[in-house]
Amino acid sequence: MLKINDISKTFNPGTVNEKTALSHLSLTVNDGDFISIIGSNGAGKSTLFNAIAGTFLVDEGSIELAGEDITFVAEHVRARTIGRLFQDPQKGTAPDMSIEENLALAAGSGGWLSRISKKEKAALRERVALLNMGLEDRMESPVGLLSGGQRQALTLLMATINPPKLLLLDEHTAALDPATSAKVTELTEKIVSENSLTCLVITHNMQAALTQGNRTLMMEGGNIIFDISGSERENMTVDDLLDKFRTRSGHVLDNDRMLLSDS
Amino acid sequence: MMNVLPLIQTALELGLIGSLTVLALFLSYSMLNVCDLSTDGCFTLGASVGAVVAISGHPYLSIIAAMLAGVMSGFITAFLQTKMGVDSLLAGIIMNTALYSVNIAIMGGSSLLNMNKVETVFTKMQALLGKGAPEIYKLIIAVIAVAAVAAFLYIFLKTRIGLAIRATGNNPDMVRSSSINPAMTTIVGLCVANAFTGLSGCLLAQSQKSVNIDIGSGMVTIALASLLIGGTFIRSRRMGLRIAGTVIGAFLFRLVYTIALRFNMPAYMLKLVSSVIVIIAISGPYLKSRAPELAKRLEKRRC
Repeated sequence: MLKINDISKTFNPGTVNEKTALSHLSLTVNDGDFISIIGSNGAGKSTLFNAIAGTFLVDEGSIELAGEDITFVAEHVRARTIGRLFQDPQKGTAPDMSIEENLALAAGSGGWLSRISKKEKAALRERVALLNMGLEDRMESPVGLLSGGQRQALTLLMATINPPKLLLLDEHTAALDPATSAKVTELTEKIVSENSLTCLVITHNMQAALTQGNRTLMMEGGNIIFDISGSERENMTVDDLLDKFRTRSGHVLDNDRMLLSDS
Repeated sequence: MMNVLPLIQTALELGLIGSLTVLALFLSYSMLNVCDLSTDGCFTLGASVGAVVAISGHPYLSIIAAMLAGVMSGFITAFLQTKMGVDSLLAGIIMNTALYSVNIAIMGGSSLLNMNKVETVFTKMQALLGKGAPEIYKLIIAVIAVAAVAAFLYIFLKTRIGLAIRATGNNPDMVRSSSINPAMTTIVGLCVANAFTGLSGCLLAQSQKSVNIDIGSGMVTIALASLLIGGTFIRSRRMGLRIAGTVIGAFLFRLVYTIALRFNMPAYMLKLVSSVIVIIAISGPYLKSRAPELAKRLEKRRC
């Protein structure tokens, strides 16, 4: 499905701010995988997503998605097959445009000069109704008036309206209050399983990292320090995970949010 | 009373012709969020191209030529800012400077062209109405042009490319994640906007039967003032009303200006007045939002 082969990325090379964000990282994601990624601040989790989505080109190595080499493909072209959500609910939607217009753009059906048809409007409304947030009656309201949770749910819908080959979720529930966060998480699982999407999730919730999906990766220093799945993962507790981190990386985990989170 | 009607008619004619530039800025400034400073040069470009083609005996073709010249100018401005790494404001300023030379070259090395005996769309309309008809041929042409451009814009902004242009001004990240290249939407948006600016310049030149190299100078500020005036009168989110508001803003601006001229305001004050209007319209909301903070500071100082 996704084959990342020995990629590296260094920011500001040759300056005092030089930072190796990814260092010879390789990863193979299988079709239908739901992978949780955890790691310290600055471990390279978001950078890995940026590399996959094409926000920048990697310095070396190659990235292959569904048999196609996408290493040098532009970001907006990759977006056809890769859906992505960020922590910031503002990032995925255009605030001054209506729910309907946002969705229509994401759906991208029809030619450049086509307008949103009645049929398409009805179809979009139906999709929005599935969110169970009452947004289907506000299709003409600007997205800027929605709450963070509603916006994030809408972004999720937009990212998956044409089921992508790969869905990247970068702590997409972290900025939401606990109840909304739970709802968006539930919605994510529903959409992912319904469309059998392959999905990578960055999380700071260690418990969720072990229970959600079928694989857990831990990153540190721009690389993956362990990758567990199957029975090894099932039998693991959060304490085991912290232990494992200590032995592999030689220091204590320092993601404040991760350690502060209560579950 | 007899004096008022011609006054309003002049304001309407000039306001409507100028509103084409305001509609261009509505697309580039309000929708695409690009302040296109090449507007002045592009306005003159439309005027000079339109004049030269009309003088060579093609009154209808002159309109199309002026618009195409606008498209080309918009394309280069957009190309500079999306593909060549030139800051968007700077791209406009550079284009403006370059267009000064281009415009004089188009006018055959002269900075003034006269169209006194030249056939234009206005003289065509005048002939069509026949002798003895009221002097409304300018108004008719202006109304047709504005109606066509406004209707086009209304439909255009609801198409997929139109939505993508609006989203580019709103949240380029979202455009990229919708698999659309924001560089492409910026280029298309500026091409269309500058076609309107070119048309506006062409019609103004032909209605006053002359072009000089300064015909477009200060146009961007005047158009911005009209746009912002329109925005304060119509605060709707509905696209149709916003477009109508833009045209109304252009008319009101001209009307106030025409009246001011009657009260012996010298004509050269136009640009100062429009600058002040733009400053007030842009800093007004900012200062209003800062007001509580400033009030607190003043209070503190007083104690």
